Amino acid sequence: MMNGRRIRILIAKIGLDGHDVGAKVLVQWLRDQGMEVIYTGLRQTVEQVVEAALQEAVDVVGVSILSGSHLSIANRLLQRMEERGIKDTFTLFGGTIPKEDVRTLKAMGVHGVFPSHAHLEEITDFIRQNLKY
Amino acid sequence: MGKKKEGSDVRQVISSLGSPVKVYYSPKDLTEFEYDRDLGKPGDYPFTRGIYPTMYRSALWTMRQYSGQATSESTNERFKFLMSHGQTGLSLAFDLPTQVGLDSDDPLAEDDVGKLGVAVDTLADFERIFEGIPLDQVSTSFTINATAPVILAMYVLAGEKQGVDQKKLRGTIQNDILKEYIARGTWIFPPKPSIKLVGDCVEFCVSEVPRFNAISVSGTHIREYGANAVQSIAIPISIAQVYIEEVMKRGFGIDDIAPLLSFHLPVGGRDFNFFEDIGKLRAGRRLWSRLMKEKYQAKDPRSLQFRFSTGGMGGGLTADQPLNNIARATAYALAAIFSGTRSMNLACFDEVYAIPSDLAIRTSLRIQQVLAYETGVGDVVDPLGGSYYVESLTNEMEAKMVEILESIERKGGIVQEIESGEIQRELARQSYLLQKKLNSGERVSVGVNRFTVEEEERDLEIYKVDPETRDRQIARLHRIKEERDGARVARSLEKLELVAKAEENIIPFLFEPLKAQATLGEIISTLKKVYGEYKEPATV
Repeated sequence: MMNGRRIRILIAKIGLDGHDVGAKVLVQWLRDQGMEVIYTGLRQTVEQVVEAALQEAVDVVGVSILSGSHLSIANRLLQRMEERGIKDTFTLFGGTIPKEDVRTLKAMGVHGVFPSHAHLEEITDFIRQNLKY
Repeated sequence: MGKKKEGSDVRQVISSLGSPVKVYYSPKDLTEFEYDRDLGKPGDYPFTRGIYPTMYRSALWTMRQYSGQATSESTNERFKFLMSHGQTGLSLAFDLPTQVGLDSDDPLAEDDVGKLGVAVDTLADFERIFEGIPLDQVSTSFTINATAPVILAMYVLAGEKQGVDQKKLRGTIQNDILKEYIARGTWIFPPKPSIKLVGDCVEFCVSEVPRFNAISVSGTHIREYGANAVQSIAIPISIAQVYIEEVMKRGFGIDDIAPLLSFHLPVGGRDFNFFEDIGKLRAGRRLWSRLMKEKYQAKDPRSLQFRFSTGGMGGGLTADQPLNNIARATAYALAAIFSGTRSMNLACFDEVYAIPSDLAIRTSLRIQQVLAYETGVGDVVDPLGGSYYVESLTNEMEAKMVEILESIERKGGIVQEIESGEIQRELARQSYLLQKKLNSGERVSVGVNRFTVEEEERDLEIYKVDPETRDRQIARLHRIKEERDGARVARSLEKLELVAKAEENIIPFLFEPLKAQATLGEIISTLKKVYGEYKEPATV
């Protein structure tokens, strides 16, 4: 728990990519770890995801992308979050992400990047350590 | 690894169905077995041993390896190249916006134009793909579902432009929308009107494009999304019945529709078991023929034949020690051969981390050729038939599939289960539990959770969008919109809307808007006004 409440996480699918089996596995894993998880479902826009993050007052926004569009989507997401005054929310990206893009995403300001085949524990460890759980 | 029994060192094995697997099987496991009733000769009812009498002794399975992706500019060229090398079966993949009915300039399409396949906004785009390719001499396979009616109409028009009679057009549309709600996600409308559109395509094909395969029901995507071995056959069979009943509602008989259906079914995957995959496909053949005969009173033998191709599932392959995947693919291919597949595509050893290389594609083909020409595994039809174990497994799997079908019926049908999200939730849960078993090492993955070595981490390769492809496509789209007769477009779309509202077959009314260069996005938006849009239920 963080400040006496459970960690709240939004897991999002942005754009047309329909591969959400990984996102669904992660949602269930995070819940089993005692976190509160909201899953957006498919085909969300950046704007919808940012509004949902505001409304749900989440600590973490996690985006799963397997279509290779992570750079442009991260760019728009971070910009939109800034516009909407979201500062303390953690951002995570997961999916088919080459090493070079992991570095680029982090340089852009994404907090954690977990390419496919990352262990589930790595993700929860990262969240807990960084959110001072 | 199972726990050891007390006082013995025999490893316990539990099947994917949760039942204990014996150390060996004997006639005691088949006390009620009757050869003629349960197996019969290959090519005879109930087709357990195969749908044809001589199988690979007459013709080997079709070895179908998909090659890389093409942009809209190169597709036509590639088709011509393939044809000049004697290939007459063309295969066309579309980008995601085309699959979900969005034009290339739609904001939601921004990241996906021209990726994974061709972008088609208008009939002009489609005709360009087939320019100079005589459509009466090729057979084209389209991986398309939600927008299948429009693509079918475009193909008919492309033929017409070449002066090819639609009765001579050959090909396949996937046209299996129901699995898109469970896996893969390229839906547009809610399930009920979508089923109606599947029926429109089939009805139109039966009477107007008789050499076109109007449906290919897929179990492979469902399997990747967590379905177990028997669900990966039972759910597609349940879905196929929805399509059959939709078409029969329109006055067709079972023998008009059943022969047009084929299945694409999974072999391999994250929880692959060699004998279970063979058992499930043999059981599927027997179940289907009994279902068609007993429930639907089918008479035509082709209605009773469970025609399937198999896909060797990439989900079971690993990025670690990738050459191990060649061994995995070989086991998948063997299982597919022993199950009597008619056509096979095998996952490539590098596809977990890269866009399949030519070497990996060729190796998947060579695996099939080595098995076909060097090992004798295809010399005898259903060589495992009569094995105490395989027959007992086949019986068990068929019984389990019957149970699943009955349970789906009891819950109000597969459509109801999709609408409520129940089936999606069940599969998501199973997928998670399997992932946890892999995570903990309870399920062994060689090179990943056992027998690991220190090796440099492999990088992932991704499809990159050429920004020029998108810009060029949008420029083309805008030019067509400027040049076309806007009033004609509007009139034809109004007519389409009326026809859709009247619940008539819409296919004949797609021709006029397409000829007027209405865009795919405009046509789909018009239909959305009538059918509405699908809203995903909560699935996790």
